[in-house]
Amino acid sequence: MTTSTEHIWNFLEQVPDPEIPAISIVDLGIIRDVAWLNDRLQITITPTYSGCPATTVIGLEIEKAAHSNGIENIDIKQQINPAWTTDWISERGKKRLKAYGIAPPNPSGGPECCPQCGAQDVERISQFGSTPCKAQWRCHECLEPFDYFKCH
Amino acid sequence: MTDPIKQFALRMGDNALILGQRLGEWCGHAPALEEDIALANISLDLIGQTQLWLGFAGQLEGYEKTADDLAFHREVYDFHNLLLLEQPNRDFGHTMMRQYLFDTFHFLQLTALQTSSEQRVCDIAAKAVKEVSYHLERSSETVIALGDGTEESHARMQSALDRLWPFVGEMLTDDAIDQAVANARIGPRPSELKQDYIKSIEQVLEQATLRIPENNPAQKGGKSGTMHSEHLGHLLAQMQYLQRAYPDARW
Repeated sequence: MTTSTEHIWNFLEQVPDPEIPAISIVDLGIIRDVAWLNDRLQITITPTYSGCPATTVIGLEIEKAAHSNGIENIDIKQQINPAWTTDWISERGKKRLKAYGIAPPNPSGGPECCPQCGAQDVERISQFGSTPCKAQWRCHECLEPFDYFKCH
Repeated sequence: MTDPIKQFALRMGDNALILGQRLGEWCGHAPALEEDIALANISLDLIGQTQLWLGFAGQLEGYEKTADDLAFHREVYDFHNLLLLEQPNRDFGHTMMRQYLFDTFHFLQLTALQTSSEQRVCDIAAKAVKEVSYHLERSSETVIALGDGTEESHARMQSALDRLWPFVGEMLTDDAIDQAVANARIGPRPSELKQDYIKSIEQVLEQATLRIPENNPAQKGGKSGTMHSEHLGHLLAQMQYLQRAYPDARW
């Protein structure tokens, strides 16, 4: 007897991203497929950035979650094509990022507003930030720096 | 000649690895926190790309090696990176000029590789080009800001360009492996990218108020592995030390 894939998606939604724990790995859009192959669970993940150190940790976290749900036989497959894109971040994920203080990705290439005070007078400090997926910005209104999840 | 796809994958992987290692040397030393973080992030992207390329090279038939085996257990003359990328960091301006000269090429190359006849090459290129577009954006802006900056920063950027220019030719000149790679439709001949490359750097360097040297002496021997500069051995001694002293040690 195998657990339904619906149940698996549900418990994966409880697994936080190790670098940005406000958002789950499902909301981040890196879980591409969940399927049973006979009695082995196959989970396909797509790394965000090729050098992102969180990718290994995410694999371990998925295994841990599977084990605590009674699933022992699990294979985690990495798939790079199609390449991960910020378009795969869910609407709920974007809301959670903003509530956590990270401006969500925006098609125009920069944050819509400061995630702290909501002002639109913001400027970029650097294309690169504390993790590969973020850039550093600054708000001219509240004068605070903030992270922007850059489009990818 | 050895299998062109394997040679090609080693060249791609070694370029990313050697430049990634060089940039890692800046960690904790860059002139400003933002620059330090940017350089470490770019290094991280390149090391990630190295894992993809060398992982691919290592899995090719009859060559069962891991990316780590290839990174840590090869000798200087088994490396196929461009000479440009093994050049020492020197000052920050010099590091950014080296970065810019390579990013421009890397971006054009990865863009073209997305239509490779080899599916795995398309996949890796499609992933990497997204990262490299940020590298290029940053290095172009920095080269312009420093070139068209103070008298001191301008002089340093011009001197970096003069010093690095002889290493640009190797990137844009075809050798037998490049020909074989193009014949198998794995990737473009470097010479096919030359026109776009020159056009692009002329535009940026003009904005940076820098002058491209008129002489075109081209150092070569890096991508073929036949004549690396003395700097690569020192880089490898540091990078490979642990794995050579304690073979196959794991964290």
